[in-house]
Amino acid sequence: MGLLTFKGGVHPYDGKELSKDKPIKSVSPKGDLVYLLSQHIGAPAKPLVAKGDRVLAGQKIAEPGGFVSSPVHASVSGTVKAIEPHLTVTGAMVPAIVVENDQKYEEVEFSSVEKVEDLTKEEVIKRIQEGGVVGMGGAGFPTHVKLSPKDPDKIEYVLINGAECEPYITSDYKRMMEEPQLVIEGLKTILYLFDNAKGYICIEDNKPDCIKKMEDLVKSEPRIEVKALQTKYPQGAERSLIYATTGREVNSGMLPADAGCVVDNVETAVAAYRAVVLGRPLMHKIITVTGDAIADPQNFAVCTGTIYEELVEEAGGFKQQPEKIISGGPMMGQGLFSMQVPVTKSSSALLCLTKDEVSANKETACINCGRCVSVCPARLVPSRLATFADHQNEEAFVKWEGMECVACGCCSFTCPAKRHLTQSIKSMRAMVLNNRKKNA
Amino acid sequence: MSDLMNVSSSPHVRSKVNTSNLMLMVVIALLPASLFGVYNFGIHALLVILVCVAACVLTEFLYNKGMKKDQTIGDYSAVVTGILLALNMPPAIPLWIPVLGSVFAILVVKQLFGGLGQNFMNPALAGRCFLMISFTGKMTDFTLPSGGFGNVVVDAVTAATPLANVKSGEGTVDVMSMFVGNIQGTIGETSVIAILIGAAFLLFMKVIDLRIPLTYIGSFTVFIAIYSMAARGGLDMNFIAAHLCGGGLMLGAWFMATDYVTTPITKNGQLVYGCLLGIVTAVFRLFGGSAEGVSYAIIFCNLLIPLIERVTIPTALGKGGQKS
Repeated sequence: MGLLTFKGGVHPYDGKELSKDKPIKSVSPKGDLVYLLSQHIGAPAKPLVAKGDRVLAGQKIAEPGGFVSSPVHASVSGTVKAIEPHLTVTGAMVPAIVVENDQKYEEVEFSSVEKVEDLTKEEVIKRIQEGGVVGMGGAGFPTHVKLSPKDPDKIEYVLINGAECEPYITSDYKRMMEEPQLVIEGLKTILYLFDNAKGYICIEDNKPDCIKKMEDLVKSEPRIEVKALQTKYPQGAERSLIYATTGREVNSGMLPADAGCVVDNVETAVAAYRAVVLGRPLMHKIITVTGDAIADPQNFAVCTGTIYEELVEEAGGFKQQPEKIISGGPMMGQGLFSMQVPVTKSSSALLCLTKDEVSANKETACINCGRCVSVCPARLVPSRLATFADHQNEEAFVKWEGMECVACGCCSFTCPAKRHLTQSIKSMRAMVLNNRKKNA
Repeated sequence: MSDLMNVSSSPHVRSKVNTSNLMLMVVIALLPASLFGVYNFGIHALLVILVCVAACVLTEFLYNKGMKKDQTIGDYSAVVTGILLALNMPPAIPLWIPVLGSVFAILVVKQLFGGLGQNFMNPALAGRCFLMISFTGKMTDFTLPSGGFGNVVVDAVTAATPLANVKSGEGTVDVMSMFVGNIQGTIGETSVIAILIGAAFLLFMKVIDLRIPLTYIGSFTVFIAIYSMAARGGLDMNFIAAHLCGGGLMLGAWFMATDYVTTPITKNGQLVYGCLLGIVTAVFRLFGGSAEGVSYAIIFCNLLIPLIERVTIPTALGKGGQKS
């Protein structure tokens, strides 16, 4: 089978060898846990508890603030210490529930079912929503919304995104290697909702062991196939993945469902299975703590709400002073100025680098080499778009399809003049969206 | 933990390719043609190359200094301009002419329009055309200096380039020596093989791609072939080969038409640009006053780039109508 791929993309240093060979280690939080009320795209959740209340692990402590919203669950037992704004990875202050851990880990009772077929489709979606499942590839879009397209019969492909194309991150890889059955169960849970769909587990070919393992396990599953993808960033971006596996094209005005596809991250599928069949809400995340500044890079299974700083201590602290700390991968992650931020449902990695390549490279004049055009997976002209953005030329920006940018970062990565192309385009895009909202 | 973390918007990593090492690769790729020029025409050719490079770099250095701008000579783009200009000079040119051309190329064509990336014409070619118009006699005199110790085997009396012979229909045209380069011409344009070695290096290092050179040479060949059939009563292979190997076509197609700054950034635009170059070059060569056409064709097409880009905005992913 030929390797599936998309047009464009880059090959950054992948750094996965730092953490890929060590088993996932469960860590218990030491300090307080912080549950942000907005860990997803959509309306923030509304708290159901008050200061002083005792909560149990798995207890719903905030309810969704609308359909496109998601509840929040405590991941430990303890006492609500405060409900107050807390710092997030983006640098914003967001309302959060702070829980003091009593180290007892008492859980609420979970209502499990024998198998997914014992439930109706509506019940499955309800349980996914109740379980607080959101897209864990990074965006945090509530999964029950994604799984409720207008016409479920028109969904032909359920793609499980195990590409993990971001450099350094190995959490999905470790999940697929250590608990592949969970991933397959997750996919079967989602496939249950879509009668006409085939399930693809999509994995980049830099993980041959993983592809092999999955292929062996799905042999007896008629509706599931493993798809090997060429290793290239951003292979795991939703639109790139859909194009690579199905040849279908999705633009910014469409949902994947419009192309007959549903895309869910490996971890999202696992969380969906747990929420639906085991009745367990989303309480844990696998986080890759890595980078050349970390003494002992590895993957941790952590409670949501754990403060990042604890994870660095767990990984042996810094062996060298980091110059840059990133929540997520180096291509799309958020630079952090403080590690007093909590793990959220969509956190995936904590990357500590001794060198900041951004400040080390001075921006120079564009030489019009066209490399940004070659690598853009959305097939745009980033160099021109960045100029329009810098000139605040909204009309030209939209005409040259600036709104199709997915902010993957390929153009900034590849630019020999080290221009901040993605950054300019991203901010202009946000401005245009804002203006549209204002004028609507 | 220190509070002095660097924070910036993603992406947080950068590739190792930068402007300086790209330009340096172009310099390396120009070495075979330059060395052959020196071998072919003697030590004066080397002097012309060195003087051009020095004049270009010095002009940029002084301009930046005088205008209190950040120093940009470290990007090697002035070196590239210098070498390209020198390779477009007749071997016996008095040194003050290339110096003047260098200053014009860097100061007027490049820096006054905003420096690297802002020039709308290839500086080396604009410099050459400026000299061609100003000093036509000297710029088209391919006689070697008396007592020259070059290697050229062609008739030094007529001192005409093979391409001029093709045009006038006089003299001898030996395609094989045009391919190797033992002919009259400007310093760097004579040896097709030396140019192709440099071009292969650039292709291998992914500095350039085939879009522009192939469409340029392709459309040029087609046009010449059609002309040959119409005006010369059949496909004259020798005529076509002489046009391909002669004059500045190879140097222009591989090194000057591919100059990043003065090419369309859109992929389809590059194809359009290449085709246009081929046609314009052929028209200039066949119907123009001079045997040469490459330099004028390139700087003329440079002017069309904004238009070409405007009509070749690529279709974004998912915007081309759903295929299923």
